[in-house]
Amino acid sequence: MKDKLVITSSPQFHNGDSTLTVMWSVSLALIPALVWGVAMFGLSSLWIVLVSIVSATFAEFILNKIYNKSSLWDGSAFLTGLLIGLNMPPQMPGLAWIYVPLGASFFAIFIVKGAFGGLGNNWMNPALGGRVFVFFSWTKHMTVWEVPMLDGVTGATPLGAVKSGLLGYSGSANNPLSLLNEVRDNSISYFDLFLGKIGGSIGEVSALLLLVGAIYLIIKKIIRWEIFASYLLTFTVFIWIFDGTRFGNGLFTGDILFHLLSGGLILGVFFMATDMVTSPISAKGMIIYGIGCGFLTFLFRVYGANPEGVSLAIIVMNIIVPIINRYSKPRLFGHNKKELENE
Amino acid sequence: MKLKSFPKGGIHPPHRKNSMYSKDDLNATIPSIAIIPLSQHIGAPAKCVVKVGDIVKEEDLIGESVGFVSANIHTPIPGEVIEIKDVYLPSGRVSPAVVIETKGEFTRLGKPLEVSSWEGLDKSELVDIIKRQGIVGLGGATFPTHVKLTLPEGVELEHLIINAAECEPYLSSDHVLMLEYSKEITTGLKILKKILDPKNIYVGMEVNKKDAGELLTNTFKEESLDASVVLLKNKYPQGAEKNLVRAIIGKEIPSGKLPLSVGVINLNVSTVYAIYEAVCLNRPLVERFVTIAGGAVKKPGVYRVRVGSTAKSLIEECGGLIEEPSKVIFGGPMMGFTVFDLDVPITKGTSGILALTKKEVNAAKTTNCLKCGRCVDGCPMGLLPSKLYKLIDHNKYDEALDEGLNDCVECGSCAYNCPAHLFLVQQFRSGKSIVRRSKGAK
Repeated sequence: MKDKLVITSSPQFHNGDSTLTVMWSVSLALIPALVWGVAMFGLSSLWIVLVSIVSATFAEFILNKIYNKSSLWDGSAFLTGLLIGLNMPPQMPGLAWIYVPLGASFFAIFIVKGAFGGLGNNWMNPALGGRVFVFFSWTKHMTVWEVPMLDGVTGATPLGAVKSGLLGYSGSANNPLSLLNEVRDNSISYFDLFLGKIGGSIGEVSALLLLVGAIYLIIKKIIRWEIFASYLLTFTVFIWIFDGTRFGNGLFTGDILFHLLSGGLILGVFFMATDMVTSPISAKGMIIYGIGCGFLTFLFRVYGANPEGVSLAIIVMNIIVPIINRYSKPRLFGHNKKELENE
Repeated sequence: MKLKSFPKGGIHPPHRKNSMYSKDDLNATIPSIAIIPLSQHIGAPAKCVVKVGDIVKEEDLIGESVGFVSANIHTPIPGEVIEIKDVYLPSGRVSPAVVIETKGEFTRLGKPLEVSSWEGLDKSELVDIIKRQGIVGLGGATFPTHVKLTLPEGVELEHLIINAAECEPYLSSDHVLMLEYSKEITTGLKILKKILDPKNIYVGMEVNKKDAGELLTNTFKEESLDASVVLLKNKYPQGAEKNLVRAIIGKEIPSGKLPLSVGVINLNVSTVYAIYEAVCLNRPLVERFVTIAGGAVKKPGVYRVRVGSTAKSLIEECGGLIEEPSKVIFGGPMMGFTVFDLDVPITKGTSGILALTKKEVNAAKTTNCLKCGRCVDGCPMGLLPSKLYKLIDHNKYDEALDEGLNDCVECGSCAYNCPAHLFLVQQFRSGKSIVRRSKGAK
């Protein structure tokens, strides 16, 4: 027995979570949304996701060779690839379905993650970094939105349609949904938005299935309420206060439901903003970060150039996480603030 | 009723306090060979006063305390000194130890013990007895008790807080002690009251020991002792000195200061019982309650164990191992020490022997820090463990000190939570010791 007993410093046992379980649980939580996306947009979307995952894993494999590490199976590269795939539009022309997701994955793993020292050392969410990289590189491919269940037919996403619909608009629609139904042929309801029978990225369309995954992660205590609660709350409050003004309804009339259910908000709030590595470390910091994300998302969506604001909002907040961490330290036990200042 | 607790941090590990005990069979088998380390306490090791070949009687002095912060060591068994050798303590440190083989008669075992009256003794006489009988803190830190009981001149004690939290998973030694010896504990408290003259006496325990709490409350009433039981939330580390004091009286012990700075003296409930035995039964500290548990043990239980018994004999007492353990631990799973074989002796500070299976240990590969903040969440001291880890990793000790390295109580809440399985506590320990050494060099 002498050789078999493990000698360690305390504590001698653990709650059982590991990097591996965390990463694979998040991937698992995203599977329902992926299945929905493929069902809605057809097999072409599955290929895009597969290219993302394979190229991200391959990139991680190369990095492992270079750094002489073995982090291939911790699930982080797979998760990055999966998130990138879910953030891709469901259809791309020509060979773009290969090189766009591949470019995003390589940028995410090699530059955002690898160049800073691998898992845990990246300051920006790799999947978002990859997405934004290809968004600016191949903007045209990244903004072609297929209409669900109608192969080859493209149209705008709900948010995009509303944004362009409002330009020079003088009709009578007084909320985003009625405006949307005015500019489109087939009408949609809040329920369609909730289910995900709308245009958008492969994985962002079904609020319902994303929420199912999110609840699983909340139960497993992998994502923190501090982040998603403050994010959602701030976002809804600002939308409620200000979005109504765009339709001439005045303050406090914003259509919260429409904004919550459309675009990548649910995906971003529960799966991107809550990324452990790129969010603050203290509960206080997480709340500040969530508020920042919520406010910026509102700002970019309502007043920005692009209809979507989630990715950019989270990335901007990622950048200032070190500052948040510095000013949101918990109070040290047994240290009186005044006493410390006098020292 | 609202349960008290410390406000920030803490974790909720599974209790696994399933240990059974039997009233009639509380005493573990007395070892035929006892290995008695001479360093069973914080402070200077005791000086050996026997040599090989000596015959000692039960409870004879074999190690004499040297200096103020040190403690006497007595033999738990009568017999012959067959060897004096260095042994590994559970902590991994090496200490000289006296090995005694049972021989001759037990002078006290099995005989009715005379309860001597203590009311006539004055404070210093009582402290002297406690010192002479080698009483140390039995919560695990093993600080010599007579030192704690010697108040500085002119200091009046506000609160005496008795720690019965027993927040470590698996352990139920204090629980069993309180269920079986509430009267004796009450007498021990009366002795302490005489020595320290505190304004208040509180006994703090986690609410999972409510039955013991009710029993104690009733006994206090019967014996007309003015002391109160405070029930605390089940949360680790409720029994850490600073957190316990915060939970019960609502005050924080300032960093780097003793509990006395907020008017508190803190003693473990087992220590109170040992004080009773020392003063009323004239017994030195040669026995203590030990929980033997863990998934690899056939019949977990709580026993009254003689110091110097080995882990092996205790595990055999519990029916042996049913599975190859991954770790054998002295103490609780959160702050205890692993040992590399089962011949390590029980010392005054050993509250439990745990044989944990691989599944219970839940070890996994260490990865980079994920900055998830679970360590920050768990830390009861408001530290940023992940940051401290990095600072020490980069040899930035001064910055680590500024971040509160020395405030770390090594409770292990951070590492318990860490999905990257970083050896956080180990890092902080090594950081602290490097800082201590460099200070010594200056």
